[in-house]
Amino acid sequence: MRITLKIWRQPNSTEPGAMVDYALDDVSEDMSFLEMLDVLNEQLISAGEEPVAFDSDCREGICGSCGLMINGQAHGPEVTTTCQLHMRSFQDGDEIVIEPWRADPFPVLKDLMVDRRAFDRMIAAGGYISVNTGAAPDAHAVPVPKEKADRAFDVATCIGCGACVAACPNGSASLFLGAKITHLGELPQGQAERDLRVVNMVGQHDLEGFGGCTNIGECTAACPKEIPLDVISRLNWDLHAALRHGH
Amino acid sequence: MLMAVTGLLFVLYVLAHMYGNLKAFSGHDAFNEYAHHLRTLGEPVLPHGGFLWIARAVLLVSLVVHVYAAVVLWRRKERARSQKYVMRKPKNSTFSSHWMRWGGVTLLLFLIWHLLNFTVGKINVQGGPTDDPYDLLVDSFDTWWLTLIYLVAMGALAMHIRHGVWSASQTLGLTNNARARRNANVLGVLLATVIAGGFSLVPIFTLFGVIS
Amino acid sequence: MPDTTNAYDSSHTRGPGEQEYDDAAGYYVHGDPIQDTKAPGGPLEEMWGTRQFEAKIANPANRRRLSIIVVGTGLAGASAAATLGEAGYVVKSFCYQDSPRRAHSIAAQGGINAAKNYKGDGDSVYRLFYDTIKGGDYRSRESNVYRLAEVSVNIIDQCVAQGVPFAREYGGLLDNRSFGGVQVSRTFYARGQTGQQLLIGAYQALERQVAAGTVRCYTRHEMLELVVVDGRARGIIVRDLVTGEIETYFADVVVLASGGYGNVFYLSTNAMNSNVTASWRAHRKGALMANPCYTQIHPTCIPVTGTHQSKLTLMSESLRNDGRIWVPKSNSDCDKDPREIAEEDRDYYLERIYPAFGNLVPRDIASRQAKNVCDEGRGVGPEVDGVRRGVYLDFSDAIERLGRDAIESKYGNLFDMYARITGEDPYEVPMRIYPAVHYVMGGLWVDYDLQSTIPGLFVTGEANFSDHGANRLGASALMQGLADGYFVLPNTIRDYLAEGPFEKVPDDHPAVLEAQEAVRSRVQKFLTTNGTRSVDSYHRELGNIMWEYCGMERTEDGLRKAIDLIRGLREDFHRNVRVLGTAESINQSLEKAGRVADFFELGELMCIDALNRRESCGGHFRGESQTDDGEALRHDDQYAYVAAWEWQGEDQDPVLHKENLTYEFVEMKQRSYK
Ligand SMILES: Cc1cc2nc3c(=O)[nH]c(=O)nc-3n(C[C@H](O)[C@H](O)[C@H](O)COP(=O)(O)OP(=O)(O)OC[C@H]3O[C@@H](n4cnc5c(N)ncnc54)[C@H](O)[C@@H]3O)c2cc1C
Ligand code: HEM
Ligand code: HEM
Ligand code: SF4
Ligand code: F3S
Ligand code: FES
Repeated sequence: MRITLKIWRQPNSTEPGAMVDYALDDVSEDMSFLEMLDVLNEQLISAGEEPVAFDSDCREGICGSCGLMINGQAHGPEVTTTCQLHMRSFQDGDEIVIEPWRADPFPVLKDLMVDRRAFDRMIAAGGYISVNTGAAPDAHAVPVPKEKADRAFDVATCIGCGACVAACPNGSASLFLGAKITHLGELPQGQAERDLRVVNMVGQHDLEGFGGCTNIGECTAACPKEIPLDVISRLNWDLHAALRHGH
Repeated sequence: MLMAVTGLLFVLYVLAHMYGNLKAFSGHDAFNEYAHHLRTLGEPVLPHGGFLWIARAVLLVSLVVHVYAAVVLWRRKERARSQKYVMRKPKNSTFSSHWMRWGGVTLLLFLIWHLLNFTVGKINVQGGPTDDPYDLLVDSFDTWWLTLIYLVAMGALAMHIRHGVWSASQTLGLTNNARARRNANVLGVLLATVIAGGFSLVPIFTLFGVIS
Repeated sequence: MPDTTNAYDSSHTRGPGEQEYDDAAGYYVHGDPIQDTKAPGGPLEEMWGTRQFEAKIANPANRRRLSIIVVGTGLAGASAAATLGEAGYVVKSFCYQDSPRRAHSIAAQGGINAAKNYKGDGDSVYRLFYDTIKGGDYRSRESNVYRLAEVSVNIIDQCVAQGVPFAREYGGLLDNRSFGGVQVSRTFYARGQTGQQLLIGAYQALERQVAAGTVRCYTRHEMLELVVVDGRARGIIVRDLVTGEIETYFADVVVLASGGYGNVFYLSTNAMNSNVTASWRAHRKGALMANPCYTQIHPTCIPVTGTHQSKLTLMSESLRNDGRIWVPKSNSDCDKDPREIAEEDRDYYLERIYPAFGNLVPRDIASRQAKNVCDEGRGVGPEVDGVRRGVYLDFSDAIERLGRDAIESKYGNLFDMYARITGEDPYEVPMRIYPAVHYVMGGLWVDYDLQSTIPGLFVTGEANFSDHGANRLGASALMQGLADGYFVLPNTIRDYLAEGPFEKVPDDHPAVLEAQEAVRSRVQKFLTTNGTRSVDSYHRELGNIMWEYCGMERTEDGLRKAIDLIRGLREDFHRNVRVLGTAESINQSLEKAGRVADFFELGELMCIDALNRRESCGGHFRGESQTDDGEALRHDDQYAYVAAWEWQGEDQDPVLHKENLTYEFVEMKQRSYK
């Protein structure tokens, strides 16, 4: 099939960028979206133009490296990651607009690549359970009810891709944050630091410059791992509880 | 949080207010009695109009807080996404959620007019009496464009409440599972229809002469 | 297939490691044997305890003055960096991704082994040890493997305490499953995302140390050179992938946890940017590369659809429990709708050749047979470069027998993934699968302490060669990565560090300047070659050569041919590659060029190693060494050694050092699946 692409090109984080048009003639519907971009890049290289920069690593939908705004939707029209999106979701003759994630805490580094280290800093602010290596009791010392374990797992599947931020009209990272708070908060191991964790992580979230959540719900629709909105409710609940406890 | 609490206070207030307004259907005296009752509530503990003043104070403070919180959120959003997308296609959100801010502004404008109309300024556009609440009301809504303003405001209110109720439940951390989430949404729709619908009855019926 | 099977003369008596054939003669030079001198003697059960006790302890106050570089943030690297940070050392952690959490370990699906014996089904440390030795086809060290089995138990405790949400039973206790044809249930799992959950646990522990100030993370930094001063590893040269800056970092010790090099095959289940550069640069500085030819090929991957293909996706092996594998008997049926091919025209070749094990034969056998039928022209699916590379994995019998719902509940997510990638509905049309490179057992040579032949350079995880011999059991790579990082390395490295801190390296030390200059000139050279072909096109071609001649079946002729082809292609690459853009910004073509250049050199060494090893063991199958009915044939008298290669210089033959493997506790046996 034939595809027209409108891609954001930006040489680095300081210079301005702009949309540039490209045409691709021989796109197979079995290609993944990123393979389509690989083909474009080969074409650009032979024409002596610099290839389009974008992040990807596993191309299996698990590492969270990839992430593009495709026709105004984070990760494109399907509920999956950009690397797992295939060209059969598009039609011959389509025009596809590709932009990077847009959020000030995620500055564009080049073309479609952004810097998501703000997420790491939020985790460093408290997204862990403090246990030194070797200090752990036997794994069976604390049983965890299956429903709790399952729920913790469901939300622990977050891949840190940033689509929630990209999709949120407020540029809020509440879904990402809520997923971590819920994951660790569901488990008995996570209770000791529960109050402090939420206060510190929310503090870091705001410090990074993410927007406030007004419960619009675009984030969950864009999330490739279908993290549900109730994690945000959980986040708020825990936050209020922590504030009540005087943190 | 502040937003949610003040917002919910508003919801309670408008609910009561709407109930009061519906007394217009019971006629001139019932309505005026209600307006009077508002002022005597709490007597003799409170001076005449005491309850009303307390309510007004609470509402006023809430309003300031609510608007302040709204402005903060708005500014944070602007800072978090200073560079806009060339193309945006929402996937999941409701229309009402996107209209919270402009809807809020509409409500604020409405409120200013409304207070001028009925409380502070008591403007009777038909030049009739302004010291009889019932007559003021009837005269106001006999005017088609005034009714229209009110109905537009009620539209904005409905949307604001629909998203607001759901949002406040979420903000207060009451929606920790899928069922609670659905309930909050249903409650939002319900309250929005009841309140906006209830409010609208008076102007509409007045316009068409049922209340006169 | 050359008929040399019986040419092997077992009556001749030779000393251990003395080979009857010297296939690789002319490609390498003989070197002195090496030995692992760190493993203490005595009973297996006591070795690790003894070593931990004997290893010196760096005084806690001193640790703040001792610095450690850890390259890699996968299970091995992140766990090591976090643990060393907790111990109070000054740690610098590097990875090429934008976040440590994205390391390739995240993609592991199946699970992690541990000898917990929670099921009470007779598992034990000894049994895990035994299974690993046997699974590795008797090409790994007993001492290392026993230790691995021993500490496996602690890994699970540690991970659970970190909040890793392993699957649980209704009683609240951990669930286990049996994996990879093992008779006991010792695999802990978190649905199909075990690697992800374990890595996030390690990553969080790492970020906790970042907050505590003991670890500093350098993301989007690629190591391009090792700095060796006075014989010790003292630092690394990296390129900041965002600014293009060439930076130098010093430390008292360098740890490589940079993962495997399966991407030398271009198509593999590894992440796109997995590479050998960190290891290879260390190899060029004197670290020996051990058993590079040992690769594991996984039979159930989604087949290639065209030349655009950038990577292969693994599907869990568990599919073979219920699916039946077949191809048409006649190649004229290959492009037919499979549902219209009559039962009698189908060849269920695994069930035919291995009636006892059928579709459940080990990974390497299933893989090799799939290649054979496709090479015969009976493959199915789209033709890529003139060959159809795919076989059917058919669930129609299972669906009929168990019902669609049962299949859905067992494999639903895999079926969905398959449907998303291929656009075909596996409930209706048989799946198509094909083998793909998945894991490499080879890697930098390390002793019992995980120290390479360069003092101060330690290597952990998939990057080292240590524990899996010639073949790795399913769910054991995650175990090894975490064992190395949480428990082994932090205990052995202190012995080395007790002598530190070492004298500060001056910025203008000749070794440093030389290393910096090497990196700069390499980068400049790529950018100024101004050729006509893209880096990817070379990588793809190299991958084809490797897959064809150094893949599932290797022969003397094929390997010689491959070496010639690789040498020619490499020369062409350095003359004719086109890398656009600048060095001072993000430049993904430039990054790839460096990686591919190293893959060329590695690929050649893999072929030489494979050529030398004229036996079939584990993942290495030499056409010349098989039984009459086509089974792998090991030659323990000649090849029970680790082949550790020393770099001599570009265009110079590598030196082969042998480490003899002796088995004191386990008896060596030939495996059989007929
Ligand atoms: C699809 C798939 C499924 C698997 N499933 C299982 C399973 O179920 N069970 C099991 O036990 N094993 C499994 N494995 C194998 C296992 O995942 C890997 O062997 C293991 O995760 C390797 O971990 P590692 O820490 O050694 O390296 P990796 O996780 O590969 O990490 C490498 C790190 O090194 C960094 N790095 C590399 N080069 C450089 C450089 N030059 N400069 C700077 N940084 C660099 C990278 O950024 C990364 O952080 C699977 C493998 C694959 C491909
Ligand atoms: C007077 C002018 C008003 C303005 C300017 C205003 C503005 C806003 C804004 C900007 C929000 C932000 C939340 C979002 O975008 O989702 C909000 C939330 C809300 N508003 Fe208002 N509003 C006003 C009046 C009202 C009234 C009259 C009510 C009740 C009937 C109300 C109830 C709510 C509720 C319940 C919320 C949700 C709080 C939360 O998100 O936690 N508001 N308002
Ligand atoms: C059609 C709908 C409405 C009608 C007919 C109506 C009517 C009135 C009347 C008659 C009064 C004067 C009462 C008195 O002074 O005794 C009044 C006061 C007031 N109304 Fe409304 N109202 C309507 C909608 C609203 C809405 C939607 C809001 C809020 C968002 C609102 C907020 C107020 C407030 C704050 C006062 C002042 C009360 C006071 O005196 O302190 N009204 N309204
Ligand atoms: S919550 Fe979803 S969208 Fe957000 S980072 Fe995690 S996986 Fe991505
Ligand atoms: S879209 Fe944004 S406003 Fe909240 S619910 Fe999601 S973070
Ligand atoms: S590349 Fe890893 S999730 Fe897309």
